[in-house]
Amino acid sequence: MMRGVCGLVFLCMLTTVVGGQEAQIKVGSKKFTESVVLGEVVKHVVESTGRAVEHKAEMGGTRVLWNALLKGEIDVYPEYSGTISQEILAGEKVETVAEMRRVLAARGIGMSPPLGFNNTYAIGMRQALAAQLGVERIADLRRHPQLRFGFSNEFMDRGDGWPSLRDFYGLPQQEVRGLDHDLAYRGLESGTLDAIDLYSTDAEIRYYDLRVLQDDQGHFSTYNAVLVYRAELAQQAPTLVAALHRLGGRISEADMIQMNARVKLDKVAESQVAADFLEKHFSIETQVQVEGAVERVVRHVQEHLYMVAVSLLAAIVIAVPLGIAAARMPQFGQIILAIVGVIQTIPSLALLVFMIPLLGVGGPPAIAALFLYSLLPIVRNTYAGLHDIPPSIREAAAALGLPPGVRLRLVELPMASRAILAGVKTSTVINVGTATLGAFIGAGGLGQLIMTGIRLDDMGLIMQGAVPAALLALLAQGLFEWAERAIVPKGLRLQGETV
Amino acid sequence: MELVNVSKYFGAAAALNEIDLQIASGRTTVLIGPSGCGKSTLLRLMIGLIEPDTGTVYFEGVEVTAAHVLQLRQRMGYVIQDGGLFPHLTARRNVALMAGYLGWEDERIEVRLAELAELTRFPIDGLQRFPAQLSGGQRQRVGLMRALMLDPEVLLLDEPLGALDPMVRAELQEDLKAIFQKLGKTVLLVTHDMGEAGFFGDVIVMLREGAIVQQGTFEQLVQSPADEFVARFINAQRSPLGEVRT
Repeated sequence: MMRGVCGLVFLCMLTTVVGGQEAQIKVGSKKFTESVVLGEVVKHVVESTGRAVEHKAEMGGTRVLWNALLKGEIDVYPEYSGTISQEILAGEKVETVAEMRRVLAARGIGMSPPLGFNNTYAIGMRQALAAQLGVERIADLRRHPQLRFGFSNEFMDRGDGWPSLRDFYGLPQQEVRGLDHDLAYRGLESGTLDAIDLYSTDAEIRYYDLRVLQDDQGHFSTYNAVLVYRAELAQQAPTLVAALHRLGGRISEADMIQMNARVKLDKVAESQVAADFLEKHFSIETQVQVEGAVERVVRHVQEHLYMVAVSLLAAIVIAVPLGIAAARMPQFGQIILAIVGVIQTIPSLALLVFMIPLLGVGGPPAIAALFLYSLLPIVRNTYAGLHDIPPSIREAAAALGLPPGVRLRLVELPMASRAILAGVKTSTVINVGTATLGAFIGAGGLGQLIMTGIRLDDMGLIMQGAVPAALLALLAQGLFEWAERAIVPKGLRLQGETV
Repeated sequence: MELVNVSKYFGAAAALNEIDLQIASGRTTVLIGPSGCGKSTLLRLMIGLIEPDTGTVYFEGVEVTAAHVLQLRQRMGYVIQDGGLFPHLTARRNVALMAGYLGWEDERIEVRLAELAELTRFPIDGLQRFPAQLSGGQRQRVGLMRALMLDPEVLLLDEPLGALDPMVRAELQEDLKAIFQKLGKTVLLVTHDMGEAGFFGDVIVMLREGAIVQQGTFEQLVQSPADEFVARFINAQRSPLGEVRT
């Protein structure tokens, strides 16, 4: 399996270099089911034109996908007209579709015709509660200031989200929380939330028996699904773009709700759902490869370990010399320790997102962020380990006539080895845990399984991500205890025991 | 070895103030004085661990400077109070560290180790132990072996017996004196114990607040103290045992 994938990747790289034309097409999707399903539809359509294709599923939110498209890290992804006008082109005042096309084209981006359904925002409540309070329209919410709202994080701060909805309808509610969209449904079901934002094609509306409140004064714009792609594709692969355009007007709201429901409620793989749709409506036959659970876990563990190993090794190579420098030059040392200390205080998710403008999405920014996170424990422990060597020992080494470099190698570093190793151990455990967040910026790893599990409300999938992540952390702990025996000189270990 | 007009300041306070001192070759000189009198500072100046603020330190007629202090240190052995042994190395590797760095062959190292173990009466099979597995007296013997490994011309000892209990201390005192006599090296020993100074010292140099107040033999210091301070220092340490015997 791995060899097959490697071979494929190699082949694609080869054709990129040799042919240039037959480059692999990269499809992106956002981290919610509908986007992933549409991503799979696009993937199968691309395949049907004979092109090699990769679907980078669940890469993140609008910003991540849009930036990835602009940078050419992906070639195409599903988007919504409302999101383009309200968020991506906010401030440009695009009124018509033609205008939107023109502004996008100026950025090197092409747009397909609307796919056929409008997935707008809506506000939903449990039927029972809505009936009890007599709430049918969004305007009715004004009469119930005690209601607790839980909105998706994107909805909380987008141009047409909660702040403008509140001002538009004059809503008085104070208790408003931002949370993951998939968790919001569960909050609603358990009664800890009274109203949440919905997408009108969500499968859960029916499943949880929700009342969709009427947007009676017309606040929400339309969110017609479209495909956005790099305009260069039109020249490089005209047949491909034509095939994408043929999807225009072919996916109805009912189709989309049904596909979403099959994935979320019937637990059918997105790839299969997309393939069935294409076969039924376009007579496109596709081969669906559904990955087995074991293969999937192994692949994600590999991705996870790769991120951890690269970032940690780089951190050790940089942090140990920094720690030595800090111990040797006290003033410089304070500056180093202050800087790595400040890095550590940046919330991990924020640090990951900061990396996107610098390094794009996927593995490199995640590895860079993990690298930065791993510095502090190693630098600090190397510094402390060297600093805590008794002056008498340091002088004894100097008095022998050993040059400073040799003293460092033969005396000081071995004596600090336990502290340095403890720092590396702390870094590893933090790193293994933080690497799960890499999934938020499309880096894959075990966090991807957790995220997908939350999206599909699939506890088994969450466990497939969480359990190996916890085991990896434990394994790292064990490995370091063994390494301590191998690396820390016996004489130092004795000291703890006998004196 | 010689100090000419040497001063050393720590902050504004003078640890040593314009010291002139010649150390007699092949004999044992003891530096004595109360805590903070500058005796350890003087020893550390000799081996170049610190540099003087004024004046010059000479070793065999050569000025001790940063440029060649590493070479000079190979010709001096240095022993400190708790031995200063490297805890991560066995006794053997502690002693042979510098010789190994200088590229001595294993055979030569083994021969030298055997000689030193015999000289310091250290059990040869104790050499593979780590410092944590040795008693205080044994650690001090290993520290001495390490200082003597390269057969230096000068031996500097900073309160070598200060951390030992009285029985071990008495035994090691005897051994040390025998070793000094046998080797005939220039020895400079720091102590605050007048009895120890008398036991070891061919010459005793008494310091007070960074200045030399008197130097001479033990008898000279006891019988004709240069001033009130010397007399008080000696009296303060007179053993009651001596009075019982006389």
